[in-house]
Amino acid sequence: MNQDMIPLNRVPEGRVARVIDLFTTGNMRRRLQDIGLIEGTDVECLQKSPAGDPVAYYIRGAVIALRSEDSQNILVRCN
Amino acid sequence: MGLTSGSTGKRAVDSGFVIERGAGERVIALAGNPNVGKSTVFNELTGLNQHTGNWPGKTVTNAQGRYTHKGREYIMVDIPGTYSLMAHSVEEEVARDFICFGDPDAVVVVCDATCLERNMNLVLQTLEITDRVVVCVNLMDEARKKHIEIDFGKLSENLGVPVVGASARSREGLDELMDAVGRVVESDRCEPVRLRYPQAVEDALALLAPAVEPLCTGGIPARWISLKLLADDTQLIEALGSYQRCNLLANDGVASALQRARALLAGQGFSIEKLRDIIVSSIVLHAEETCSDVVTFRREGYNDRDRRLDRILTSRATGIPVMLLMLAVVFWLTITGANYPSQLLADALFWVQDRLTEFFVWMGAPLWVNSLLVEGVYRVLAWVVSVMLPPMAIFFPLFTLLEDSGYLPRIAFNLDRGFKRCHACGKQALTMCMGFGCNAAGITGCRIIDSPRERLIAIITNNFVPCNGRFPTLIAIITMFFVGGAMGAFSSVVSTLILTAVIVLGVLMTFAVSALLSRTILKGVPSSFTLELPPYRRPQIGKVIVRSIFDRTLFVLGRAIAVAAPAGLVIWVMANVTVGDMSLLAHCAGFLDPFARLLGLDGVILMAFILGFPANEIVVPIIIMAYLATGSILDFDNLAQLKTLLVDNGWTWLTAVCTMLFSLMHWPCSTTCLTIRKETQSWKWTAVSFLVPTVIGMIVCFLVAGAARLLGLA
Repeated sequence: MNQDMIPLNRVPEGRVARVIDLFTTGNMRRRLQDIGLIEGTDVECLQKSPAGDPVAYYIRGAVIALRSEDSQNILVRCN
Repeated sequence: MGLTSGSTGKRAVDSGFVIERGAGERVIALAGNPNVGKSTVFNELTGLNQHTGNWPGKTVTNAQGRYTHKGREYIMVDIPGTYSLMAHSVEEEVARDFICFGDPDAVVVVCDATCLERNMNLVLQTLEITDRVVVCVNLMDEARKKHIEIDFGKLSENLGVPVVGASARSREGLDELMDAVGRVVESDRCEPVRLRYPQAVEDALALLAPAVEPLCTGGIPARWISLKLLADDTQLIEALGSYQRCNLLANDGVASALQRARALLAGQGFSIEKLRDIIVSSIVLHAEETCSDVVTFRREGYNDRDRRLDRILTSRATGIPVMLLMLAVVFWLTITGANYPSQLLADALFWVQDRLTEFFVWMGAPLWVNSLLVEGVYRVLAWVVSVMLPPMAIFFPLFTLLEDSGYLPRIAFNLDRGFKRCHACGKQALTMCMGFGCNAAGITGCRIIDSPRERLIAIITNNFVPCNGRFPTLIAIITMFFVGGAMGAFSSVVSTLILTAVIVLGVLMTFAVSALLSRTILKGVPSSFTLELPPYRRPQIGKVIVRSIFDRTLFVLGRAIAVAAPAGLVIWVMANVTVGDMSLLAHCAGFLDPFARLLGLDGVILMAFILGFPANEIVVPIIIMAYLATGSILDFDNLAQLKTLLVDNGWTWLTAVCTMLFSLMHWPCSTTCLTIRKETQSWKWTAVSFLVPTVIGMIVCFLVAGAARLLGLA
């Protein structure tokens, strides 16, 4: 596996990453795709919540919060 | 779904799919992503005061209203906001079912101009189901502020349907929107773009659609139904069966065509799962393409202000303190602001009481008539109005300002970790916030939670946040018993701190009970979750105040009065009908007394909570009436006199604490129970929602009272 491919939850605040693959299935996969998270989408990690989780991401013009359980299943490459 | 006369009270129990369509009336569905101002468009057109806050998921039921444009009558139907029509959640199902089976003459898809590409997802999905679509690009005012430019002509060309720009808040563009709707309804044909899927999928569709075609009676395109069949969307197939009595899979032609189409897809390496992926990503990519030559960002960093605010409101260091501070400020303003008008109202209303008595005496009416109407009915009403109205008239607008600004989803963001620990959903924070206004509305709002298990947890625990019916009770008790010695401005600070502590206790109980439930009767792991944090918007302060007072405040007050008057009557009768040597009231209170004492209450208080089942607002008035009726004749018109009355009847600080605790934790009111029954479709869960807070409240009160007595504190 390429060195710079990491799960989305490990992208530091302020960095932009591009989605390589989604490892989730079922409903969550649909939901992530509905908000525009498909292969090739750019995602910016905006900010962590007070407890460090969930984290807010900028996805196709909207700010969406994801829990680490979910974002760890999204493989990205940091730009 | 906000708090309005339509969403609270009895009507919260009823939501409509059925539309009474008059001759010549056209039905227009309003669809859109959550939080794009869809309800604002609806309100501005129909004049209905459905509240529109700035957070996703307020509209969870179909609301309808009438509108006449250029002589043509329309029935506008506001359907729940969704990102997609793939029906992953209750709202999506409601939205999809209405577009498919509600037989609308046209669908208006409302979009957010500041986030157009994401919104195209829903537009393209809607275009697959119906040709009669108008796209309304709302929030143009916000887009202009962010220097975003949109080429409507180009977008309309790309989509093949009319596109209208609008700022619904200021009615800008709404006439043009309805002109376009009129044209779409009139015209015979619309020619929207067709989404093209990869060749293998198109081949499979070509195989299946002709078999489905003859069975499609409801005007739903065979191509789309075929796509759903291929993707094995069982929900839609079932819906087709129940709405149109059309059992596709039972048809031999369809079944065999489906088998061949699936085989064709499988031969090309397309599993059902992969097909679903391809369907969604085709739509997303098409949306990207549609917008690529339509939207221009004239300035980089157009979201900087929102990000700066988020850094203050949701960061590790300041997120939680700022949240508590805001809660405290809202309470402080409510308590301080309510004090003076409350006193004025009480003076005025009790002055009227004296005049009423004089009037009855002058009329020569029998004494019991005066006693029944004035001391029974009127006095309870006067109390409810003077104590309830001022805090509500201040709290509701403040809360609405927070709601409209976009802060509530940030609360959910801040608290989600806690809810996750309890194996619950962070959106429960949103339904909890709604519970402050009205628990029934909060429970309907629980539809924004997708997982049925987590939704039940949110429903059962909603009652742990005190609704506006319980706020004034808490404030009155705090003011009487805990800030007596303090002076002036300082006393309101103390009240605020105590009230905030009570609310925080309610929130902690919510967490604890959620955790308990998900480890016992509602076992399960937290499901995945996405939460949109919408852009901050400047609330329209004038409108907020007018709306919250005339819609929420007066409505809730009206409901309280409607319940209080007959309750006053019942209490008076109970206090004045004697059986043996005691009044009925004394019998009942006496019967409950030994048990109530264990909880740190007394029989009268417990009875007041029981009689307050229809509305929590009347609990304190019942207590007062009962005390007044059973002994000391006292003309009270302010809190100091009221305190004397309570103390004379044996209240101590412990009684006050336990009454507050029991007010925070006891059964939900009757409206809330009915709403729970409707939302869960189960008497069992309604019973659980009734029992859980009740049992917990009793245990807590028992422990507090027991401990205090054991330690000799009371």
